[in-house]
Amino acid sequence: MLTRTLLPVATVSAMVIAFWYVMVVVMNSAWTLDQAKRSGIELQFGEIVADTMQQDRPRLPSPHQVGLELWDATVAKKITSRRSLVFHGWVTLSATMLGFVIGSLLGVLLAVSIVHSRVMDMGVMPWAIASQTIPILALAPMIIVILNSVGISGLIPKAIISAYLSFFPVVVGMVSGFRSPEFMQIDLLRTYNATKRQVFWKLRIPASVPFLFTSLKIGIAASLVGAIVGELPTGAVAGLGARLLAGSYYGQTTQIWAALFAAAILAASLVGAIGMLQRLTLARMGMDR
Amino acid sequence: MLGLAGGVWVLAWWINVRLASRPATPLTRLAIPATFGVTILVLWEGVVRALEVPSVILPPPSAIALSFARNTDILWIDFVQTFVRGALSGYAMGCGSAILIAILVDRSPFLRRGILPLGNFVAALPIVGTAPIFVMWFGFGWQSKAAVVVAMTFFPMLVNMVQGLSSSDAMQRDIMKTYNASYWQTLVKLKLPVAMPHALNGLKICTTLALIGAIVAEFFGSPIQGMGFRISTEVGRLALDLVWAEIVVAAITGSSFYGLVTLIDNRIAFWHPSRRK
Repeated sequence: MLTRTLLPVATVSAMVIAFWYVMVVVMNSAWTLDQAKRSGIELQFGEIVADTMQQDRPRLPSPHQVGLELWDATVAKKITSRRSLVFHGWVTLSATMLGFVIGSLLGVLLAVSIVHSRVMDMGVMPWAIASQTIPILALAPMIIVILNSVGISGLIPKAIISAYLSFFPVVVGMVSGFRSPEFMQIDLLRTYNATKRQVFWKLRIPASVPFLFTSLKIGIAASLVGAIVGELPTGAVAGLGARLLAGSYYGQTTQIWAALFAAAILAASLVGAIGMLQRLTLARMGMDR
Repeated sequence: MLGLAGGVWVLAWWINVRLASRPATPLTRLAIPATFGVTILVLWEGVVRALEVPSVILPPPSAIALSFARNTDILWIDFVQTFVRGALSGYAMGCGSAILIAILVDRSPFLRRGILPLGNFVAALPIVGTAPIFVMWFGFGWQSKAAVVVAMTFFPMLVNMVQGLSSSDAMQRDIMKTYNASYWQTLVKLKLPVAMPHALNGLKICTTLALIGAIVAEFFGSPIQGMGFRISTEVGRLALDLVWAEIVVAAITGSSFYGLVTLIDNRIAFWHPSRRK
């Protein structure tokens, strides 16, 4: 296990970071050379490399600069500070979670009704599938601005976008989950004279659990993207999206990268948490392999 | 008016129940979702008019259609800017480079084991966040949008392609070896064909991502054209009918792009066990 995945992953990660450092030199050296020329200094190659790693506003900040900024903005700052990434991360996380919970609950409910009603199945399901090919995210600015104009701002509009984005993956995933029991199993329950309700609770629900977690993972990643994009149209108020936008207004590249990594860490821990829940649940249900 | 809308709903529901209770034919498969869609539009129109919802909150479908017809020139310019220049070029570059790198990686099982978990991890991250960085690097033009699309499509495509290339089984590889096939022969005659279902799955996922990337990147800065630009500025001017028309264009573009790749998929990867009926 250790050498089979850990070593290759570490190698590839090291290659990515090495490539990043090379790109830092390539992208930032123009500025360094320009500065040197203005003050009439000849620079050695070593000096150029050293300078590209420590510019204030680099075109591409080096990994350790991003790491330092990330450390600075999470651990060193008080979490109530407007410059703390924990504060902004919390704003985004709360909208994501609220939207995700609403979206996946509604998604499961719609999936239940689609499985039990032929009309819903034939009428709504094609639209649910088609909606996945549509860039729903384009609706985000409109939802934010309209709700703002009727006096709703802050958490709720972002949560609505998040809910909207996690809704359809959950519907589509859960419909296949509820349909995953085989004919043989449904037939067996029929020979037991089981009612539709019993088939649902004793067969369809347990069978859909692996599908539930898979679609929840897709849903929560989509929810986070929705919350981040939902923070853009209001201007840079609060949240990771606002941090990205403020960074791009003022040319603070290191700040953008730090916010980006904070978002990535948040996404990874959310998906990871659901993955953990999945493993625990499936192990308890005896469905793990 | 509200009662009328309710009546339409009940009538349409009744029609659909009648249609659904018959054995499914291709016609009913089309008619039922179509009835449902039309009912939603009629309800939307009826409710908005009956309650006199201001058009700066929700314009009725008729106003959106009118705006669509009146602004076809603007919509076309935006379509070309966002889809053809931004999304399509980025899609081609992102997916193309992912395929090439997957073929390179496939030669080394060690690299493959490293790239699969990492690629899966990166594919779940909010990569649209790179948009401000690329806008800073490549300017406001379509190049920065294409770059965001490259970043968004690269990893899902890479993961699918790497999995696809390694999906030939030992027996098939053995037979290539007994034929004394060279690396290139194995690649062209065995690995690429078995990779097709995975590759096309990746290409399908990336169609939606490409359009999202191109639109969202425009929120961070763009020339005075493009779907994302139009949506964010017209929302500010409260011209919501034009915003909705733009969203209709995005929806049509997204689903036809996906549909096109699905058509190609059905032509190329028809043999895969998951297609068996």
